[in-house]
Amino acid sequence: MRIAGKGLLDRSKSVSFSFDGTRYAGLEGDTLASALLANDVRLMARSFKYHRPRGVLTAGSEEPNALMTVGSGGSQEPNVRATVQEVFNGLDARSQNRWPSLQFDPMAINDLAAPFLGAGFYYKTFMWPRAFWEKVYEPIIRKAAGLGALSGEPNADIYDKAYAFCDLLVIGAGPTGLMAALVAGRAGADVILADEDSRMGGRLLAETYEIDGKPGHVWADEVLSELKSMDNVRLMSRTAIVGAFDNGTYGALERVLQHTGDRPKGGALETFWRIVAKRSVLATGALERPVAFRNNDRPGIMTAGAVRAYLNRWGVSAGQRVAIFGNTNDVHRTARDLLAAGVHVSAVVDSRHDAPMTDDYRVYRGAQVCNSSGRKGLESITIRSASGETKVQADVLAMTGGWNPSVHLTCHMNGRPTWQRDIAAFVPTPGSVPGMHVAGSCNGTFSTAGCLRDGAAAATAALGELGQSAPDVAQPHAEDMPYEIAPMWAVPGKGRAWLDFQNDVTVKDVKQAAVENFRSVEHMKRYTTQGMATDQGKNSNVAALAVLADATGRGISETGTTTFRPPFNPVAIAAFGAGGAGKSFAPERFTTSHKATVERKAPMIEAGLWYRPSYFSKAGETTWQESCNREVGYVRNAVGVADVSTLGKIDIQGPDAAAFLDFVYCNMFSTLKVNRVRYGLMLREDGYVMDDGTTARLGENHYVMTTTTAGAGEVMKHLEFVAQALRPDLDVTFTSVTEQWAQFAVAGPKARGLLNEILSEPLTDEDWPFMACGDVKVLGVDGRLFRISFSGEHAYEIAVPARYGDSLFRKLVQRAEELGGGPYGMEALNVLRIEKGFITHSEIHGRITAYDIGMGRMVSAKKDCMGKTMTQRPGLEEPGREVLVGLKPVEAEGQILAGAHLYKKGDEPVRTNDQGYVTSVCHSPTMGHALGLGFLADGRDRHGEIVKVVDGLREVETLCEVVDPVFFDRDGGRVRG
Amino acid sequence: MDNLQAKSPCAGLLPLTIGKMSLNEEAPGALTSLAPYKGKQSALSKAMEGAHGVAYPGANDTSQGDGARAVWFGYGQALLIGPAADVELSTHAALVDQSDAWSVVRLNGPEVEAVLSRLVPVDVRLSVFPVGQTARSLVMHMSGSITRVDADTFEILVFRSMADTLVHDMKTAMEAIAARG
Amino acid sequence: MRIICPHCGERDRREFYYKGHAVALDRPAPDAGVEAWDNYVYLRENPAGNTRDLWQHEAGCGAWIVVERNTITHEITDTTWVTDAVAGDPS
Repeated sequence: MRIAGKGLLDRSKSVSFSFDGTRYAGLEGDTLASALLANDVRLMARSFKYHRPRGVLTAGSEEPNALMTVGSGGSQEPNVRATVQEVFNGLDARSQNRWPSLQFDPMAINDLAAPFLGAGFYYKTFMWPRAFWEKVYEPIIRKAAGLGALSGEPNADIYDKAYAFCDLLVIGAGPTGLMAALVAGRAGADVILADEDSRMGGRLLAETYEIDGKPGHVWADEVLSELKSMDNVRLMSRTAIVGAFDNGTYGALERVLQHTGDRPKGGALETFWRIVAKRSVLATGALERPVAFRNNDRPGIMTAGAVRAYLNRWGVSAGQRVAIFGNTNDVHRTARDLLAAGVHVSAVVDSRHDAPMTDDYRVYRGAQVCNSSGRKGLESITIRSASGETKVQADVLAMTGGWNPSVHLTCHMNGRPTWQRDIAAFVPTPGSVPGMHVAGSCNGTFSTAGCLRDGAAAATAALGELGQSAPDVAQPHAEDMPYEIAPMWAVPGKGRAWLDFQNDVTVKDVKQAAVENFRSVEHMKRYTTQGMATDQGKNSNVAALAVLADATGRGISETGTTTFRPPFNPVAIAAFGAGGAGKSFAPERFTTSHKATVERKAPMIEAGLWYRPSYFSKAGETTWQESCNREVGYVRNAVGVADVSTLGKIDIQGPDAAAFLDFVYCNMFSTLKVNRVRYGLMLREDGYVMDDGTTARLGENHYVMTTTTAGAGEVMKHLEFVAQALRPDLDVTFTSVTEQWAQFAVAGPKARGLLNEILSEPLTDEDWPFMACGDVKVLGVDGRLFRISFSGEHAYEIAVPARYGDSLFRKLVQRAEELGGGPYGMEALNVLRIEKGFITHSEIHGRITAYDIGMGRMVSAKKDCMGKTMTQRPGLEEPGREVLVGLKPVEAEGQILAGAHLYKKGDEPVRTNDQGYVTSVCHSPTMGHALGLGFLADGRDRHGEIVKVVDGLREVETLCEVVDPVFFDRDGGRVRG
Repeated sequence: MDNLQAKSPCAGLLPLTIGKMSLNEEAPGALTSLAPYKGKQSALSKAMEGAHGVAYPGANDTSQGDGARAVWFGYGQALLIGPAADVELSTHAALVDQSDAWSVVRLNGPEVEAVLSRLVPVDVRLSVFPVGQTARSLVMHMSGSITRVDADTFEILVFRSMADTLVHDMKTAMEAIAARG
Repeated sequence: MRIICPHCGERDRREFYYKGHAVALDRPAPDAGVEAWDNYVYLRENPAGNTRDLWQHEAGCGAWIVVERNTITHEITDTTWVTDAVAGDPS
């Protein structure tokens, strides 16, 4: 219920939302949890394993119980914490992990079966028979497991990513963080102040203590308004820092539109930030620990800090009669706040034997709460003291077991926290994250004054490291009470006492783990599942390891913690993957002929990032094979046009360009004449083939190298490495010109005729023999022409500056069609090159030497080159190696499949008899049968032999004749003709 | 046959205005890559000043002349923008015509830094990245060049073939910023 | 992770391409023998502590860089342009 006069929300700003189909009214600034409590809704969820009724435990992002599903369809989001989700008009939240309803859930039968469902239940139960693992057990377990569910539809929401930079990142905007930001801001440093909450102020919004004589939240607002006025300070609310990474990089998740129903088109629901900070101040505060006692998980049992937060910030009392239980002065702080608000306090149970006494409310000193009762919510508690057990009516129990500093981020770079006995908690070990200063209650300083002091000191220290001096900022006056705690983890007694609410892990489970010798905290975690799921044990880790320490007879410090890993809070995969979905996955590289190609409805295939046409189908053609056959015919019989701009083109200039090429290619380029082109083979330093392509010499000190489409990036990196690291003595420069030129293959018997129609000077055999190159004028534009061929036909590649590519492609295609040819795609290009035995990366796949592809003699004896020494190793040129061969089916309709393996005709097709494999296949319309390229042991000596080609996966076995890899026009008459 | 027709990289894709931001394709004239030979950088710079009124720029820097600009373009490389490069420069450097290799766009508006923070992993705040500064970096997944032309304007270059992706990525970021209001 | 490029300044790791240990700079002479070449091409230390390796500022200026870093603390102690490193000039 809402308490008159309490809270920081504007009562006039009403908001309407629904939970499980019922409409409720909330206020602007409410979370789902505070709004539901204001409406006296306490049952918000069912527990993970036992389907026990659960209410909200906390008021922050660490909430283990009140997880809900928000939205629907492609925008459905499960496991939303009701303590984080702000209400807005139209918000539709639903409970989860229950059927048919939250109020009635027959799966609660699991609760009765609890004795059988303890730690290790699944490991012990679903052992045999083995055949049941996948077919029977896994479906059962999967059905029972999990919290909320995804819709199964593609995510309809937009997520984006962004970078930010600052001198000082202040993580958390409670008293510590505000003070740190104020000091650094006034010093003029670039500051980012980030806080996961919708409103900055941290505990100052949840407590009633004063700073400088003003309510804490008023002081916070004043500081915030000063910070807002500074150009050098950036405030990022609703932004959780979720990870600390190397060199001052922090990951952060901002909820951009999660809190509103007003979601403009194109707006990101969440932004994943990468913040680079020279220094940081960690001011993440502390998280309150529940106490484990029998039936401590009923709706209405909450942390004391949460009870105060709901009261002081949201003006909500979670119930009518509140009992309080704990081991620090917070129990009294809670009682005073409630009494001041007019809420009945039915009992204050302080486990400390020296607890302060008062007449204002009933104190049970040195006592403990040992049980609770109530059906779907708390009705009463049982208090055990020296004088026996007493039952007290209460619909809310505010409990506190002390506070755990939020050390998580200090552990993201392998840091381990240190146990501090006097506060019974782990604190960060100094220096855990380089550049990070830890301050305030995340460092074990729990008074308001201490936090303010710490924040200022941390900022001053960070500024000093940055060479900036801190201004004098007066230390505000605030409470400075000592923190006195008597450790209390679990109240002894029978029954189940919950440690981990989210995973239904009890004290008994942890003890059972210890009995079964899962003594390491990491083993206990995995055996019991304590500390897993969305809260990652924020509420339970320390208590669980204290119980484990006790059960194993060790100290807490010796037992240690599990590893805190990023992210601190749950982050949607969509947010991590922001900027990587759909069209943003990778750049699309389009050639200048792309538009004209798409207009012809050619299906595109990806080649690296490039898109290239597969084939250009014509009316009446029903299969790609028909189109491909026709296109092969264009090139063999008339003229075909293909865009080859995707091949890498590298302009190489300098006095030592020739010497450099001699070093990176295994064959010679210094001997190449100007205006001539040569095929080159590039080796890796280990002697295997890296890439191949043609290189043209345009001038004495000027070459243009082409690479394969796939190898372009790798080759450029390689050249730069060789030039900068291995041969800095050579004066040579590289510039990628792949994008500058649109380049088209014009291939076939009518190629020259076509080109002569568009070139200013006609081509002649004398001036333009095979492998000639030079400048040309094409339809008014300066271009380049190369007489090279990847089809074995009389062919050219013509290049023009890319702005003319679209225009030239259209004209070439139009003219080719008039000559009985036309455009051809990748399928035809592949057939044409296989018919000629030309290799691609299907053949030079990384385990192939020059020798293997019959180019061993290209490795020049006259010079050193990359890969030369290693390619001469014994074993790389010896008999027995698998070398390139052609394969031709014995029967005309015989089928060859890429990836099939080769065996001797009479051998069993088993691994030990393997003789090689098939790399490229096609149906050759020119030869009228299938062709294959592959590698066969000693293959060059076995031409004429019949081998068995077996695809074990697709169960195809074909007898093939081993032939020369050049199937068509072996003497090369056509290419020179 | 008719002469060939020229087409710009972003033809049909730009201009674009979303919220307070606009994206336009530039027609900057000739782009020439200048890669000085060993020990020739200062001679090249002098020759550039004589021919075009711009010096060879230092790392991450640009130099602006009358009608010509020189933009640092990576290790051992600068881009001369505007006029066709004087052939005399070729005695000191490899000259390579890049006029058709790059999509050149300008992003303008008061939220230029916010938009770029979605795309580029470098600090583009004016205090760190002043007018006239340039960087080779990523633009989303693309290798690119960004130069601050004035407080509210960046010039961005990515490969010509990636023009569609560039416009898509810029538009996505511009929409996300506009939606923040 | 951030790497200081000798030309561009401190940049995000995603701009860089990783090659491997800086032993790749010490290319043996062609006749240096089997052991030298085996060491150069195949054998790599896997130190827990300081190491030197090669990165290229691929999405930036294109420079190859020798990065000295600690594999335990992830601290980067020095970055040098390879050509300077090869010339023995630490600047």
